[in-house]
Amino acid sequence: MATLAEFKTAEKSWWCPGCGDFGVLAALQKALVSVGVEPEKVAIVAGIGCSGKIGNYINSYNLHVTHGRTMPAALGLKLANRDLTVIAAGGDGDAYAIGMGHFMHAMRRNMDITYIVMDNHIYGLTKGQTSPTSVEGFQTKSTPKGNIERPVHPLMLAISAGATFVAQGFSSWQPQLAKLIEAGIRHRGFSLINTISPCVTYNKVNTYDWYKKVLKNLDEDPNYRPNDRTAALAMLNETDELVTGLIYQEEGPSFEDLLPGYQKTPIVEQDLRLNQEVWDKVLASLD
Amino acid sequence: MIAWKIGGDQGEGIDSTGDVLATVLNRMGYYVYGYKSFSSRIKGGHTHYKVRISTVPVAAPTLKTDILVALNQETIDKNAHELDGGLLLADSAFEPEVADAVKAHLLRLPLTEMAKDLGSVVMRNMVAVGASVALLNLPVEPFADYVAAKFARKGEAVMEANRRAVKAGYDAVREQYPHLLTFSLGKPTPGDRIVVTGNELTALGALAGGCRIFCGYPITPASDIMEALAKWFPLVGGAVVQMEDELGSIVAAIGAGFAGARAMTATSGPGISLMQESIGLASMAEIPVVIVDTQRGGPSTGMPTKQEQSDLLALLNGGHGEGPRIVLTPGSPEETFEDAVEAFNLAETYQNPVIIATDLSLALWKQTVERSVVQSPAVPIERGRVVSQEELLAMGKDVFERYQLTADGISPRSLPGEKYGQYLATGSEHSLTGKVNEDPKNRVRMMNKRLEKIQGVNRQRIGIKYEGPADAELVLLGINSTVGVIREAKAMLEAEGHRVAIAWLRTLSPFPTDQVREALAKARRVMVVEQNATHQLLTWMRAQGAADGRFESFVKYDGVPMAPEEVVAAARGTFSRVEVVR
Repeated sequence: MATLAEFKTAEKSWWCPGCGDFGVLAALQKALVSVGVEPEKVAIVAGIGCSGKIGNYINSYNLHVTHGRTMPAALGLKLANRDLTVIAAGGDGDAYAIGMGHFMHAMRRNMDITYIVMDNHIYGLTKGQTSPTSVEGFQTKSTPKGNIERPVHPLMLAISAGATFVAQGFSSWQPQLAKLIEAGIRHRGFSLINTISPCVTYNKVNTYDWYKKVLKNLDEDPNYRPNDRTAALAMLNETDELVTGLIYQEEGPSFEDLLPGYQKTPIVEQDLRLNQEVWDKVLASLD
Repeated sequence: MIAWKIGGDQGEGIDSTGDVLATVLNRMGYYVYGYKSFSSRIKGGHTHYKVRISTVPVAAPTLKTDILVALNQETIDKNAHELDGGLLLADSAFEPEVADAVKAHLLRLPLTEMAKDLGSVVMRNMVAVGASVALLNLPVEPFADYVAAKFARKGEAVMEANRRAVKAGYDAVREQYPHLLTFSLGKPTPGDRIVVTGNELTALGALAGGCRIFCGYPITPASDIMEALAKWFPLVGGAVVQMEDELGSIVAAIGAGFAGARAMTATSGPGISLMQESIGLASMAEIPVVIVDTQRGGPSTGMPTKQEQSDLLALLNGGHGEGPRIVLTPGSPEETFEDAVEAFNLAETYQNPVIIATDLSLALWKQTVERSVVQSPAVPIERGRVVSQEELLAMGKDVFERYQLTADGISPRSLPGEKYGQYLATGSEHSLTGKVNEDPKNRVRMMNKRLEKIQGVNRQRIGIKYEGPADAELVLLGINSTVGVIREAKAMLEAEGHRVAIAWLRTLSPFPTDQVREALAKARRVMVVEQNATHQLLTWMRAQGAADGRFESFVKYDGVPMAPEEVVAAARGTFSRVEVVR
């Protein structure tokens, strides 16, 4: 069994002191240890932005892709080697702006991958512009008179798009976040863990203290059942998505389970040479 | 050699008529080349399908038509000028009118009425097939049998009705127009051949070459590749995913390549534009991936169903920054098969994106190919410098140097799942271990490593093919579908007494400058033949130091496939100018 130390690298962090991403990294490493997977069996796909640097700090296989494209990269990776634990990580810009198209389709496709969105409601690495999750009126360098666009509600969107595992965590609430990530990895199919990861440099509105005041922890609600779509959507609507915990989960086959002819043995372990019998069948379909 | 053409409205079964003729003629031992003109709509609009039939290989269109079958007046108005004393068979249902200038014998046949009498107007095409067979002076049985077999699934009644339709067309022509049955194709050469498109052979080559993951987005004229693999991959445990766009298609293939699978995407111009950024990712992170571009008329939506070769410079230089790309240009369906196999070997050997550039004509048009080309799936599979688990364990726990500097620039590559092989593959500039690094010295050594490593391609691959005398008066140089065109033009010019050779490029990047210079060293003049407006191929050859004062350009960019007659006319101009200079 791998230890926490085995998932760490010697790389010095580029994140600002106090960044929420440290908490996400720590929770992810803890979750990987809890799941019991070896570092070489983990592949992390990261996007562009502060959050995208996460791959520098985890001792696993890491693929750092073009802006917004974590979902297709994770899809290809998992299809090629279904024995890997494939985790995508990126920011709210990567997921809900430039990568929104892929995000929606990844959910309806339901491949067995886990997506951790590190959501800070701001563009940090480009030094402070509005994000798709920024609230109305939010003043940034690109919206000096306040954001006039309505924010994206990723959790309601995810459930509507057919996601089979939807959760939200908070980087300060480590045990819950690690547990949610672990549950997401164990879930058969696509799992979204939108993670509130405050930016201490450019977001002076949605701060740690603010979140601690407004967030409702679903774990403390004995009546909440995360298997009712309608109830989940109503709850998210009422709380404006200011909740943490497992919001919705449904069991069923994943994309891989349904793919015609897709085998249990990972593609990367199969013999690439074809026998004449298969080839003749293929040729026959040409005439 | 006979050129047969049928025209009518799109969606009326014009395609299947041409396909029936091409398939059966091929089985009888004739060589065929079938191509059409179509628009980006499902029903309506004029379409025509031409089949060239020959006793020797044929791989090009022609401006002339010997037999024209018209299912509507528009077909006559738009195509009859191609007839030069040939036959024009028209459905009497639309009361065909032929202009005085048209030199052709008009044959009126009630195709629609005959089909109705046999049970359904939809069989008009099959009546036309039978009539065409009579005009070609061929026996009708093989065609009637093939058509019947084709409809076998629809039951005995449909099968027999279609067989009768073919025979009825045949008999009607022979009874009414016995004096016009003067065409003779000559004796066919028996052999084992198939009628295929470049797209089909690209897909077959990929399958044989070990491709097991295809991620793509539908686009004309590339979609057949995805459709063929969707049919075949379930037999071999592979996966086809129709993605949400081309941005995702390329990255999904890259993700699979990173994991160690052989993965591909296929697209055309608009898709290539969208993929450019991530092709750079594959270059930068040194991840194998294969991309097929079936070029069509651009820019923007351009002319989706028309022939063009105008993506060349975008394939070579598109995208920001300077990421190496290997670009292959097959000059025939056979070479698309070869290149599809080789692309995966090159991608893994050089840990780099490989683009196979084809064009609409090469991608879509059917032609006769020897079955031996695809007889066996036993092709070489070269995985390149993948390190084994044993090697990694021997290296120990210290961080694996995925981007280690080596003599040839190619580094050891570990695959996810292998212990002690963990690393970061990133589109950011990085150090030997893959970690983000912007040190100036590191930048230069990593740039050089990536740019130089692909040069090895020209040591293992023939980058230019040549046919004809080395000291030819004129070398016609082309790529993709124009190779068949210049080959036929060469024969025509030889018949006029000229010493002509042809050459075609097989690799555009890394450019095989030495090979090209050597092949063309003795040529008196070189005409670079291409289907774009800004002579991109010649521009690229000049930039690579492979073209000099002997080179000139012949371009065509109206969307219509180039015909040998056009090349011949251009070459005649060259000869006359050269004579004046003398």
